[in-house]
Amino acid sequence: MELVCPAGSLPALKTAVDNGADAVYLGFRDSTNARQFAGLNFNDKRAAEGIAYAHGKGARVFCAINTYPQPQGWSQWTAAVDRAARLGVDAVILADMGLLDYAANRYPDLPRHLSVQGSATSYEALQFYKDNFGIRRAVLPRVLSLDQVKGVARHSPVELEVFAFGSLCIMAEGRCYLSSYLTDESPNSKGACSPAKAVRWEETADGGLESRLNDVLIDRYARGEPAGYPTLCKGRFEVEGDIYHAIEEPVSLNTLDLLPELKALGISAVKIEGRQRSPAYIADVARTWRQALDRLGQGPEFAVDPAWQSTLAGLSEGGLTTLGAYHRKWK
Amino acid sequence: MMKLSLGPILWFWSKQSVFEFYAKAAEWPVETIYLGEAVCSRRRELKPDDWLDLARELKACGKDVVLSTLTLIESEADLRRLRRFCEQDEFLVEANDQSALQVAIRNRIPFITGPSMNIYNTASLKILARQGLQGWNLPVELGKETLEQLIRELKTEDLDLPAEVFSWGFLPLAWSSRCFTARHYNLPKDNCEFRCLEHPDGMELRTRESQELFRINGISTLSGSRYDLMRELPEMERIGVSTVRLSPEHQGMDEVVKRFDQVRRGDVPATDPLQLVEAPPCNGYWYGKPGMDLVTY
Repeated sequence: MELVCPAGSLPALKTAVDNGADAVYLGFRDSTNARQFAGLNFNDKRAAEGIAYAHGKGARVFCAINTYPQPQGWSQWTAAVDRAARLGVDAVILADMGLLDYAANRYPDLPRHLSVQGSATSYEALQFYKDNFGIRRAVLPRVLSLDQVKGVARHSPVELEVFAFGSLCIMAEGRCYLSSYLTDESPNSKGACSPAKAVRWEETADGGLESRLNDVLIDRYARGEPAGYPTLCKGRFEVEGDIYHAIEEPVSLNTLDLLPELKALGISAVKIEGRQRSPAYIADVARTWRQALDRLGQGPEFAVDPAWQSTLAGLSEGGLTTLGAYHRKWK
Repeated sequence: MMKLSLGPILWFWSKQSVFEFYAKAAEWPVETIYLGEAVCSRRRELKPDDWLDLARELKACGKDVVLSTLTLIESEADLRRLRRFCEQDEFLVEANDQSALQVAIRNRIPFITGPSMNIYNTASLKILARQGLQGWNLPVELGKETLEQLIRELKTEDLDLPAEVFSWGFLPLAWSSRCFTARHYNLPKDNCEFRCLEHPDGMELRTRESQELFRINGISTLSGSRYDLMRELPEMERIGVSTVRLSPEHQGMDEVVKRFDQVRRGDVPATDPLQLVEAPPCNGYWYGKPGMDLVTY
């Protein structure tokens, strides 16, 4: 199984490669990719440097162009595909049908991966993307349970990549418009969820904190209570008089325990989320997963090293980890 | 004149409520009715054959009927149900997911795409047009500017693909493998006791400042404000929208349909507000703003 790590910057890319990533994925500095953050991502010069570095060390580079272009932006998105091809990336990660078609026609030899934003949750959906655009690999949405991943993998016409570690989207990716309902940006349209420009922190009268997204109260913290980024689905809200994390707790995904099962299913790659993360974070995560995958490769006697789990737990949002939707209980 | 459609019922209603609703709808001035369970695979008050029987009855009443498929396909059982709709040739299919596209295309069943299919550009429409696409819904987060450009480009390409716009109701915004209604009741999803039946308009989710933010509806999350494009009907007609979609609610729907019908015919001014079940209105998406915004003029 291949280890695919995020690269939000050149230092992060080098760190990921140095710590054992088989492949890294990156995006350009605009809304053509689903992690549009200020100060993040690559211009052509930095991308070229990163690609040369990775290739020099035997690692591959994937370019994510996985948002959905509207007519006004169409030429910017096709230009992004052109740039990726010209730079010599090893694959493009796309979601939009129009753009997949463009890439398939213009650069038939450049491998195409279906982004998680393409919302393919069944082998029939994968077949659609394979028949129409010749995708080689697909990234599965994090909504599927392990049994469901099994069902998809058994009949999948393409290689599969699954999320292994990082932030947890609990909505079917590519079909979540919650962010643009509150702000004017969504992952599909602008590559942003709960964008920083809309975030406001305020101290309350009793020394606590309030987090707001475009003025909407997402959460309120007592003095000293740890506060998290106001991703809108992770706030505390009121439903019929109860105030609680009505949609999702602020927790992260960690599938280390599932590695043997994922391998048995023939999953081709595990993906680490987090292009917005620091190089130091990437180093710890990549090293840990490299060790785990190497151990997995040594034979059937795979056991999770407690040191790996404690490293990963220390890096997780809210200090918690979960098996996410791969295990199918609600809580 | 633009057509009016009734989208699929997004809530979980009893079989009897569903039949009663459509018995009335058969008399309403809507041209198209979408039938089927589009949200949760556990909602089986009506079996596929029940939906097909209902479809035939409504067709006999002169309605165009379209069969809607599940938005989030997760299991082999979901695919089996999907195939029941995508392997018949009596009715058009509304594909709400790429699995439905694939099965419909393979079986040469004509289809339209629902609002959850990510159609953001003309290139995407062209690919599907070659394979049986008969019409499409604008994704809910897109607005007038994009729609106008898409319709213009389709004309240039000489493609006759009628555009439908979700124009009234709570906006379907997200789908999850998890069930938020079950979560509220501390029940596991697989043993949810079908609590959604107790909430025919979903459950209100408010901020701690009592702002109506979302509506929880099983595995789906809808807007807390009701999207209302009634005032935009003249503009929609000018742009070239073919169908105006109204999303079913269990109360007051006859009034909503009646008013939209009057407005599209020019019998009542579009600006005449509709006083209905309480929920704040919104129209931000149409103007390229946050969906929850209400643009007034």
